[in-house]
Amino acid sequence: MHDQNQILGYQPGTSFIYQLNATTKLIFMLLVSAACMITYDTRFLLAICVFSIILFKEAQIKWSQISFIVKFIVAFMILNLIFVYLFQPTYGQEIYHSRSIIIHAGYFTLTIQEVFYLFNLLLKYICSIPIVLLFLLTTNPSQFAASLNKIGISYNISYAVALALRYIPDIQNSYWAISAAQQARGNELSKKAKLSQRIKGTLNIIMPLIFSSLERIDTISTAMQLRRFGSKKKRTWYVARSFKKEDYWVMGLSVLSILIVILLWQLNHGRFYNPFM
Amino acid sequence: MTEPIITFKNFSFKYDSQAFPTLQDINLTINRGEKILIAGPSGSGKSTIGRCINGLIPNIDTGTITGECLINGKNIKETDLFDLSFTTSTILQDTDSQFIGLTVGEDIAFALENDCRPQNKIRQTVHRWADKLEISDLLKQAPQSLSGGQKQTVALAGVLIDESPIMLFDEPLANLDPASGMKTMALIDQIQKELNATVIIIEHRLEEVLSQPIDRVVLVNDGKIIADKSPNDLLHQNKLEDIGVRSPLYLTALTKAGVDLDAIPDLTSIKALPDDEKIGQKLQKWADDASLTSKKEEKQPLLELKGVGHRYNHLQVNPLRDVTATINKGDFVSIVGQNGAGKTTLCRLICGFIPNEGKILFDDDDLSQYSIKQISEKIGYVMQDPNQMISQKMIFDEVALGLCLRGYSKDEIKDKVFKTLKICGLYPYRHWPISALSFGQKKRVTIAAILVLEPDVIILDEPTAGQDWKTYTEIMSFLKKLNEQGKTIMIITHDMYLMMEYTNRSLAFADGKLIADTEPIRLLTEKSLIKKASLKRTSLYDLAHKYNLRDPNYFVRAYVDSERTSQNA
Repeated sequence: MHDQNQILGYQPGTSFIYQLNATTKLIFMLLVSAACMITYDTRFLLAICVFSIILFKEAQIKWSQISFIVKFIVAFMILNLIFVYLFQPTYGQEIYHSRSIIIHAGYFTLTIQEVFYLFNLLLKYICSIPIVLLFLLTTNPSQFAASLNKIGISYNISYAVALALRYIPDIQNSYWAISAAQQARGNELSKKAKLSQRIKGTLNIIMPLIFSSLERIDTISTAMQLRRFGSKKKRTWYVARSFKKEDYWVMGLSVLSILIVILLWQLNHGRFYNPFM
Repeated sequence: MTEPIITFKNFSFKYDSQAFPTLQDINLTINRGEKILIAGPSGSGKSTIGRCINGLIPNIDTGTITGECLINGKNIKETDLFDLSFTTSTILQDTDSQFIGLTVGEDIAFALENDCRPQNKIRQTVHRWADKLEISDLLKQAPQSLSGGQKQTVALAGVLIDESPIMLFDEPLANLDPASGMKTMALIDQIQKELNATVIIIEHRLEEVLSQPIDRVVLVNDGKIIADKSPNDLLHQNKLEDIGVRSPLYLTALTKAGVDLDAIPDLTSIKALPDDEKIGQKLQKWADDASLTSKKEEKQPLLELKGVGHRYNHLQVNPLRDVTATINKGDFVSIVGQNGAGKTTLCRLICGFIPNEGKILFDDDDLSQYSIKQISEKIGYVMQDPNQMISQKMIFDEVALGLCLRGYSKDEIKDKVFKTLKICGLYPYRHWPISALSFGQKKRVTIAAILVLEPDVIILDEPTAGQDWKTYTEIMSFLKKLNEQGKTIMIITHDMYLMMEYTNRSLAFADGKLIADTEPIRLLTEKSLIKKASLKRTSLYDLAHKYNLRDPNYFVRAYVDSERTSQNA
């Protein structure tokens, strides 16, 4: 067992978000993320951004729980933005049909329009990542499976997804245990070691991790079959919950977000909001 | 009225992955309502018999069947796994990895969910069984957070809801502390009586299983049934130890004292032994004749723990705290106590894997200044699961890993690794891939990999869990040898016999606190300690008590001493 505060997985809580039905949360996540994916309307994105950060606060999730994954995503996001810029620095001016130069640099000439476009991209990340993380951290995996099943996905797949989610903390724990054992053997993995050495050392953890995980999967799937998992076309769920008033509200909100996006599309004559014209 | 529910007729089975049949010509009939113990060493085929009864053979484990096996009238060749699961309920050995639900309630409900029963019906049934087994207040907890005994009860509830006529227990005692083990056996007995179910227990710990009445014992060795008798007849026959199944301690003690077992009508429990003064006299005489080899050694402190503790998170109910103890050079220490009492945490603290609230001194040197790597040169830690330690394909490479990473020269590495492999009895296998080894051998590879770094202290987390007596003896006598060569050894264990016979000192934990630091024998004879640490009193003590021996403690000591010397011989 490792410090629980560093575990990326569901932990029971009491705030409003935990009380919602998993199906509601799933629909909310899917619709709102879809809305954010479609539109480039800065006003809408900013609103959702503020909203999702408020939600995050509301859920009382600790930074230590998500720091690793957030750092990872931020690094990936920055990389992505840089590449978008490198491949087509003129994309911004094409979309917004105007050109206000900040820095003259030949091919890499930076325009306000490009910066604005990249800013919108960044906003999209900031909108959807907290919502997805929030969903993962506040949804009981079994209820998640039940809700996936409810929206029409086969229960085999639903359960597999839920189990996978559930084993993230377990695998994290084994990873730490194995990592400690490897360090005890002399495999320096702390910051003292060179990066190449650390990567090589990490490979030594992966193998035992895979083997011990495979063994667990084998045991659990046997245990499941012995209790007739997969014997029927359908199954019921002990944890499934019926919808409450709040659930309808939240679902209404998510549908509303899609409607707003459609409306904005009409107003903006496309996906982009153009403050330059 | 006896009505057979399980019949094996000239039954043989060969796994596709193996060259030779695992079961050969098995003939076995089990009647409805019987309680059967299937015993035998690891690899004897006893688990394979279990896998036929619950239908994993031939549905999941494919292979060749000859002969016939009927379970509740159904031929296993023609029955699918799901059908058979209504007949046979199985409780797997490692309850931890068999829990499917996130909460206790969900886990109990799992089979009913799969039967597509309506949610309100499921809830009713779950509550009914939870009430019956007195686990209602646990329904919302995560199964992993429970104690070993509670886990076993939850697993039991999860299959009882099927109300199947056959219940199959695969090594139910392997992961339990002794007190929980006894409770589980009593619970199984109670349930069986209530439901009139057929119960099959696969175990190699005979003495513990026989603490409750058993109808028959089926002894399996090398894929054949070598005995199918009432426990009493089997104990009279005295063939157990030949095949690596330990017979009850009190019987070994009686034999040592020269008591004729054949003349005793019922051997199945101490209670059943006759109140015969002559037996008492013989035992007393034997104890009086025994001279204790007392070794007075100089004690030189090696590892000092001062106020050691660790809290995983603020939710943890009984974190390990305030442990103060001194381990001396050459000690052989056992660390005992309930599941979750903090035993493993302590070992991880010592090795520097997790932060420590107190202070640890090694040879008067504060360990907090060292990295995990540096500590490991003084203190080696062998994890419970060898699969979590092994990272190389070949035995040589695995053992050499620590040396390679420390930059030793090739010749030095070869020299040291070969020397270690010889000590561990693995030298003949040095060019083998690790995957070809048995569990016990893998365990030895992991010990060798630690040993090669020449630490002064070796800590082992349950080195014998789930091992049969033969492997157990192998591992333990190997460790004993190391101890005699001057290594300080610390072992986490649930095995009372191991603690008594091999270790010279015990640290007992309960709810995160060190509750005793004493001789092992005292832990097994003193009532208050036994209860607090979830142990079980040794049957030797009960035997001494029954025959009113003058000093039961002395008797136990004399027995252990004679065992130790006979091993050295």
